[in-house]
Amino acid sequence: MSETADARVIPIDAARRGDHRAEPPRDDDVLDRRIAEVLAFLRRRISGEYEVDEFGYDPELNDKVLLELIRPLYRHWFRVDTLGMPNVPAEGGALVVANHSGTLPVDGMMLQVALHDDHPARRPVRLLGADLVYQLPVIGHLARKTGHTLACPEDADRLLRKGELVGVFPEGFKGVGKPFSERYRLQRFGRGGFVASAIRAGVPIIPCAIVGAEEIYPKIGDLRLLARLLGFPYFPITPLFPWLGPLGLIPLPSKWLIEFGEPIRTDDLDPSAADDPMLVFNLTDQVRENIQHRLNELRLRRGPAFPFLPI
Amino acid sequence: MTRTVLVTGVSRHIGARVAGVLAADPEIDRVIGVDTVAPPSVATDDGVPLGRTEFVRVDLRSPDIAQVISSADIDTVVHMSLVSAPRKSGGRVDMKEHNVIGAMQLLAACQRSATVRKVVVRSTTAVYGCTPRDPAVFTETIEPHEVPAHGYAKDAFEVEGYVRGFARRRADVDVSLLRFANFIGPGVDSPLTRYFTQPVLPTVLGFDPRLQFVHEDDAVEVLRRMAVEEHPGTFNVAGDGVLLLSQCVRRAGRAAVPLPTPAFNLLGEAARRAGLADFSSEQLRLLSYGRAVDTSALSAELGWRPKYSTAAAFDDFIRNRGMTGNVALGLVDRLAGLLGAGR
Repeated sequence: MSETADARVIPIDAARRGDHRAEPPRDDDVLDRRIAEVLAFLRRRISGEYEVDEFGYDPELNDKVLLELIRPLYRHWFRVDTLGMPNVPAEGGALVVANHSGTLPVDGMMLQVALHDDHPARRPVRLLGADLVYQLPVIGHLARKTGHTLACPEDADRLLRKGELVGVFPEGFKGVGKPFSERYRLQRFGRGGFVASAIRAGVPIIPCAIVGAEEIYPKIGDLRLLARLLGFPYFPITPLFPWLGPLGLIPLPSKWLIEFGEPIRTDDLDPSAADDPMLVFNLTDQVRENIQHRLNELRLRRGPAFPFLPI
Repeated sequence: MTRTVLVTGVSRHIGARVAGVLAADPEIDRVIGVDTVAPPSVATDDGVPLGRTEFVRVDLRSPDIAQVISSADIDTVVHMSLVSAPRKSGGRVDMKEHNVIGAMQLLAACQRSATVRKVVVRSTTAVYGCTPRDPAVFTETIEPHEVPAHGYAKDAFEVEGYVRGFARRRADVDVSLLRFANFIGPGVDSPLTRYFTQPVLPTVLGFDPRLQFVHEDDAVEVLRRMAVEEHPGTFNVAGDGVLLLSQCVRRAGRAAVPLPTPAFNLLGEAARRAGLADFSSEQLRLLSYGRAVDTSALSAELGWRPKYSTAAAFDDFIRNRGMTGNVALGLVDRLAGLLGAGR
């Protein structure tokens, strides 16, 4: 493990922050170590000698390859700022509940980078995704390799019991696929299954508001017939897609803020409370209101989505 | 107390090994092994030594099995005879009859018997089915999302139904139902082990399934303990952890050829028709979506953990088959040597 921790800090972050100047290591040594690390990494990958957990999460591939690929989007394209990170516990199970938007679930990826890069414990978040994700080739197995799994009570309970940080978007397709005109209006929160899971595991619920994802692919139309033909929940029309073809898939560079609110405790409830629908509904509503308030404030705080544009 | 154990399916590798270890147990007076064909000879066909096992050739589909059980005063039945792939001669109909009718006849005989106290049945984790809508890890209580509709998994699912019916009607009999992950090990010959020994492995483009294996030594140990001790219930049996198919391919030093799903299905069908490989549709699904099971119930019940994790079991298999020599790995090592020498 210590080897991987070294590998992470030396070349990339040091170059970016330039904070290793106080005691410059000899260039030769750094290069040697870097080469040795890359070779060791290649060797492990080619020989298959790496660990994958029972959900298919491949921490090495995630940290060293996949996150590296989406990090530029996080830092330079969306310029994501995070707030309230101390509200996310450094260890143990917790359930992050966030709003879902943006036509494509880019907010999930950014939430993952946020909790990995900006949380002191560099926590991997295990998102619960729709079954459609796991039916699709490539996407399905990449989702598993980055630590995510299917949104079902069995998987949620299992991850929380193992002390993992789990993330859910209870609005599901209703949230991510809502028209641009309904931006920042939370949709119905499913059936409250996520609240029941948190109660059963006795873990805190951390409300999370994501501002910025709504503007990346403004969905101004929906080709329902085509969507039904392809088996997708919607087929979006945005100002750029499908008019510009693949270029239309480039997300607009909106400014993002991600805020984590104070944890809502569930450990004072008996696990059997998960079977009390009224209690679950009330707690679900409480979480939903909390996130909606936070969204409204955060949106004001951010100001225009595209600060460099006059609109 | 005299103990007489009946083991079905002793002409196959794991069944023979189970009969062998039970025969070596001095607490057990008699071990009777049955199967439709005679076990392979130890000397000439890599057979497993069966010790003092008495072999009776019985077609499980016939009521003859009832006579064996009543005449020998059997008290423990270990039912291993579940065929995972159609034999070359018989085909699917034959396989289904063997699996389902065979289990029905055996259970019918057990129900009538006054001496049978314990029934251990081998099943498979394939009964959980395999769809992208399933939870990642199955515990014994999770109902399959889609009841298996084909082949081996369907047979096992139906057999489990009859076993549960039997357990209800004969509540005085201890029934242990074991859902095994894919067997692997030096002596195992299954569609999956045959798949991995091919020089080039077709895989499904865009999918990388999670696989679990149970080493034959661990499987034999679980079955032995189930037969001599009392552990009624349904248990998953698998080595700890999972391996992705891509990891298996790399560990075995094989080359993968990713094919789009329709092409993969066609190839599987063609290979099956040509008798090259017996790949049923549920195996094709397994290679798309994968499956993992939770084994904590078994560990808690037996106070025991498998000796081989899934990865260790697979490594033991490839070592024994001499599947080493990864070309790409050799290149990396040579590169490392060159760079090291240059400095």
